[in-house]
Amino acid sequence: MAETVLTNSGQSTARLEGWRGIAADWASDQRAFKNVSWGKAMMWIFLLSDTFIFSCFLLSYMTARMSTTVPWPNPSEVFALNIGGKHIPLILIAIMTFVLISSSGTMAMAVNFGYRRDRVRTAILMLVTAAFGATFVGMQAFEWTKLIMEGVRPWGNPWGAAQFGSSFFMITGFHGTHVTIGVIFLIAIARKVWRGDFDVERRGFFTSRKGYYEIVEITGLYWHFVDLVWVFIFAFFYLW
Amino acid sequence: MTNAAIHMEGTLDAPASGAVATGAVHAKGQQHPIKLYLVVWGWLFVLSTCSYLVDYFGLHGYLRWSLILLFMLLKAGLIVAVFMHMAWERLALAYAILLPPIAVLVFVSIMVLESEYTHLLRVLFFATPS
Repeated sequence: MAETVLTNSGQSTARLEGWRGIAADWASDQRAFKNVSWGKAMMWIFLLSDTFIFSCFLLSYMTARMSTTVPWPNPSEVFALNIGGKHIPLILIAIMTFVLISSSGTMAMAVNFGYRRDRVRTAILMLVTAAFGATFVGMQAFEWTKLIMEGVRPWGNPWGAAQFGSSFFMITGFHGTHVTIGVIFLIAIARKVWRGDFDVERRGFFTSRKGYYEIVEITGLYWHFVDLVWVFIFAFFYLW
Repeated sequence: MTNAAIHMEGTLDAPASGAVATGAVHAKGQQHPIKLYLVVWGWLFVLSTCSYLVDYFGLHGYLRWSLILLFMLLKAGLIVAVFMHMAWERLALAYAILLPPIAVLVFVSIMVLESEYTHLLRVLFFATPS
């Protein structure tokens, strides 16, 4: 019974329209998020806190870039690649963006198949998502290597404002860490899906609680957030 | 018992124990047609291409910045609303999650003022005229 209270997500409670409904939910006893399981609510709250972390990184980057008197290196040139003798600006970052968006697409479909209890398709799509994520991290490693070889350091670089390096390594490094953790998270949950843990309601090794297919959606929330952060980094750091 | 409502719902679905009923409810979850995800995926590709083209064609000034922000917000909106299912979540959750980041905008305006002040001081006292 305690489990019911903690994991239930399909409860349909009457709901007032607009702000009255919000006020009623928040003023009610014990639970503000009526039809949202704790797992999902806690993931959202974690993502909110992570939003603030990345906001602070982007803000410190903005402050550094606005207050320096030295010209900022042109990202369009810094991240250009020579492919087949042609000089294409920012191409690596564009490819990385498409890879991450594709991974979000496969993840969204994995969630869908998860709720249809299609064990095999869910696991395969999650593993495809993880593979896209690993590709992204690999490309980021290539990008870092290239920049370090060209002399970019947290304390300086050959093209302009010294803060470019520190902002770059901090922001993309933290994002890359998130992607890496996401890949591990995806593989761990995909294994459970593949094994059928959520069909036989097998109890978790660590929590001793039954798992449900909702964990696929919760993993998906984290993964889409990683993509979401990249949208902002792409706009503010690489394109601005 | 505050969870009486849950049990009433559960007994409608299956006259079994609460936990089993919850499992049945879970199976429903967020169900939307696959086509919706594919359409959003396509749009994200289009919008990303657009923002890349802004750089490729070397647009400058306010046109560049407004286009970057426009494409960024559209992409972020699609991801949060459809991929993360926020469009179908209860308002109490949606507002609890989506409103607090607005505080970041206040922080942005404070830091814009701060960095302009720092920049002014650096120009006045440190920058070497070239």
